[in-house]
Amino acid sequence: MDLVNLSSNMLFAAFILYLIATLFFGATIREKRNKENKKEVAGNIAITITILGFLAQLTYFFTRWIASGHAPLGNMFEFVTFLGMAMVLAFIIIYFMYRLGFLGLFALPIAMLIIAYASMFPTEVAPLVPSLNSYWLWIHVSTVAIGQGILFISFVAGLMYLIKEIDQTKRTKRNTWLEIVMYTLFIVIGFIVITSAFNIAGYKATFEYQDGNQIIETEYHLPAIVSPNNGVLRSENVMEPLFEAPAWMQGEDAGRKFNTVIWSLLTGTLIYGITVLILRKRVAAAIQPLLRGVKADLLDEIMYRAVAIGFPVFTLGGLIFAAIWAQIAWGRFWGWDPKEVWALVTWFFYAAFLHLRLSRGWHGEKSGWLAVVGFGIIMFNLVVVNLVLAGLHSYA
Amino acid sequence: MNKIKCECGHINPEGTVLCEACGKPVEGNQHIDGNDQKKLLNMRYEGSARRSQTYRKSMVDKVWGFFSSVKVGVWLIVLALVASMIGTIFPQEQFIPQNAVSRDPAIYYEDQFGLIGKIYYLLGFHEMYSAWWYLLLLGLIGVSLVICSLDRFIPLYKALKIQKPRRHETFLNRQRFYSESKEVSDAEIEQVKEKLKKQRYKITEQNGHILAEKGRFSRWGPYVNHIGLIIILLAAILRTTPIMFTDEYVWVREGETIVIPGTNGEYYIENKKFHLDLHDPDDERFKDAIEQTGAVASNFQTDAVIYKDANEDIPGAEPELEPILTESIQMNKPAKFDGYTLYQQGYQENEFSSMTFKIHETDDEDAKAIDSFTIDLFNPESEYILDNDFRVVIDQYYPDYYLADDGTPASETNYPRNPAFVLLVYPPDETEPEISFLGIGRNIDATGENEYKIAIQDFDTHYVSGLTLRVDHTLIFFGIGAAIFMIGVIQGMYWQHRRVWIHPKDDGVLLAAHTNKNWFGLSKDIEKAIEQTNIKMVEDRQELDK
Repeated sequence: MDLVNLSSNMLFAAFILYLIATLFFGATIREKRNKENKKEVAGNIAITITILGFLAQLTYFFTRWIASGHAPLGNMFEFVTFLGMAMVLAFIIIYFMYRLGFLGLFALPIAMLIIAYASMFPTEVAPLVPSLNSYWLWIHVSTVAIGQGILFISFVAGLMYLIKEIDQTKRTKRNTWLEIVMYTLFIVIGFIVITSAFNIAGYKATFEYQDGNQIIETEYHLPAIVSPNNGVLRSENVMEPLFEAPAWMQGEDAGRKFNTVIWSLLTGTLIYGITVLILRKRVAAAIQPLLRGVKADLLDEIMYRAVAIGFPVFTLGGLIFAAIWAQIAWGRFWGWDPKEVWALVTWFFYAAFLHLRLSRGWHGEKSGWLAVVGFGIIMFNLVVVNLVLAGLHSYA
Repeated sequence: MNKIKCECGHINPEGTVLCEACGKPVEGNQHIDGNDQKKLLNMRYEGSARRSQTYRKSMVDKVWGFFSSVKVGVWLIVLALVASMIGTIFPQEQFIPQNAVSRDPAIYYEDQFGLIGKIYYLLGFHEMYSAWWYLLLLGLIGVSLVICSLDRFIPLYKALKIQKPRRHETFLNRQRFYSESKEVSDAEIEQVKEKLKKQRYKITEQNGHILAEKGRFSRWGPYVNHIGLIIILLAAILRTTPIMFTDEYVWVREGETIVIPGTNGEYYIENKKFHLDLHDPDDERFKDAIEQTGAVASNFQTDAVIYKDANEDIPGAEPELEPILTESIQMNKPAKFDGYTLYQQGYQENEFSSMTFKIHETDDEDAKAIDSFTIDLFNPESEYILDNDFRVVIDQYYPDYYLADDGTPASETNYPRNPAFVLLVYPPDETEPEISFLGIGRNIDATGENEYKIAIQDFDTHYVSGLTLRVDHTLIFFGIGAAIFMIGVIQGMYWQHRRVWIHPKDDGVLLAAHTNKNWFGLSKDIEKAIEQTNIKMVEDRQELDK
């Protein structure tokens, strides 16, 4: 078995181990009412399996590094996978600080969702372009990812706080917004489900469209609901597009990306709808009873601590190392590239978060919302800036 | 100044909320930190007297009060954040793509994004990050940083220096962590002291009152990191001056030696060769990916020699070039010399360096060459006399040919990217020339009566390498600022200032504790310290905000 195969198998193994670990973290709730030490047994098994999963993923990372000759942080698949790993690492660290198994029940599934999301991008080992060819690649990118992973824990704790504390007895603005956050997670699931389904089926449809004075060919792997602007379908026996992307969508493969967004929304909404039909209540309301045994002030503390720990790491990786590398590669440490700006926005946001914590009235629920929004900004920078706003970092 | 004398004997400055020595709330000042509304004391700045909260009459007081507010600071941050986000909705002016219909912002934004684009342009959002109000916003954040820090740091520093182990009861029973225990022996207190010492607490005592404290230096973290940020902002101002910062771009052709702009004519660069290497498409590792995406570049490199002009000081003298550096400049591997740095930035390909033409008889179907000549496109001669007595005169040379709107041929630039010629061919012993027009894909005989025809036989192309020259003397200040910021932020975030007070009362003790973060860690410390004693664990009385 060659190294690249070994590497992908290890990633798969890590994914399965995280899944098993999540089930054991789930068991910590069930056994809560039993003896105290039984709960600890389930928790210990769960964290051991999580660490095994993490080691498996670390093996994936280093075997891929050896195989390709450069740190596997060069494209969307590699970076997002690493981000998932950083989230698990951050969880393990915070777990040993606070010993809160419930956190794993939320953190691991979302980290798995991130890893699954990563696998939707091309997974081939790709060569590095000259601008990325530097040891600053792994220094800068891995530090950013670890910083974001720690900030992710603040999001998880914040989300748990909101699910636990927000009144679900009648419909309010607050629980509607919370439900929108939950719904967003379903859209990510929708994206993964629909993309995997058509990938396995091997669906392909080719379009040609005009960009400036070039004819560009774009390959859809999902049936085209929307075609590229001025696109012409070149494949036979595939679904005819229902409409055309508006003219201002002109970036690279804009039509195809727009099509994927529509499919993700449709599939995510469908899965969400079925879930709500089965549960017969809001998703957050259904999860709420699970959190009865967790102390709200502990969640608030973890949420704040995670930001306190993650903020310096993020600053170091996302701004300082980034600036040093930009100075070496381009001769300017700051260039107002969209990705840079969004790193600054993230930094401003968490700086505001930390300052607001000084005031009375911003602990608890308001902090929880801020933690959720902060992570939203990080995800925006990862997904929207890379795929839509594009700039020097658009390596996907 | 109306000094406030506390019942413990300490004299506090005006505006003090909690006595610096014993922590007793000063009556009449409790509204300042909102202590009158809550059970727990607001411990943020130790209840010290802050200028902004004490003097609020004069204009200076008001300005100081405005900028010392964290609320104002957060608002400034939020405004800068929102403005930064808006700046990424559409590309900034410098990122308008090369292949856009027009790179003129007045046209581009409306053409590309319609009405919204036009509004975006008219509001000046296309140059957001150099807009005066954006820079003003950053400047105001800087002012806020300075004033906030001064307003708090000095009184906080004093209060922590003056604090006494003996605390007033009201101070203790209004702490978040608090317990009252009865029947505690001296031996037990001694044991707690030892255990706290083991956890690296510093113990001070006053008549049996104990203060255990650790990590006070973490309280200075925010002020240290603010100093770092201020240095960074000052460096950014310095960078706008030409002495500190130079930025030039130079295109240099293979084989060419030219003066480097921005060096006062002192330095020259020769481009020996430019390399554009591609990843090997048969490389086992990358085969699949390259098949998917097409060729991927692996290296951009200029083999360059840097020269210094020895005669630079002598006006009018011919440059006398002495090589000082031979370097392969690559991406991520700039060349450095005498404070200057040269970065590989771009390249142009397919520029022609020379063209070889042949002459043949118009009727000859095989187009057998009678004679040939080569034109150096950078230094074309006006006349070429060939071996077989043909004479060719260059009548017109268009290095970068295009047909102008009025139908006349013209050259778009001076660079031979699309060379074209009007050639006068004098056959042997003829005085009247035949006229030919020649270019890439063009070969026109204006009269249709030419006996001889000219054709392009061969050509050479070369690369043009684009290099950026930078001088940035501010880097060191940015570096220092960033380092101080990191030290401060780690100091403030990764350590916490923890204090435990033990207050003997009757036959028992009052136990209270405070930390600026990580209450969970503090409670673990206390749990360990009071193990196997009669002292009760503190109760967490946090009032969470809903």
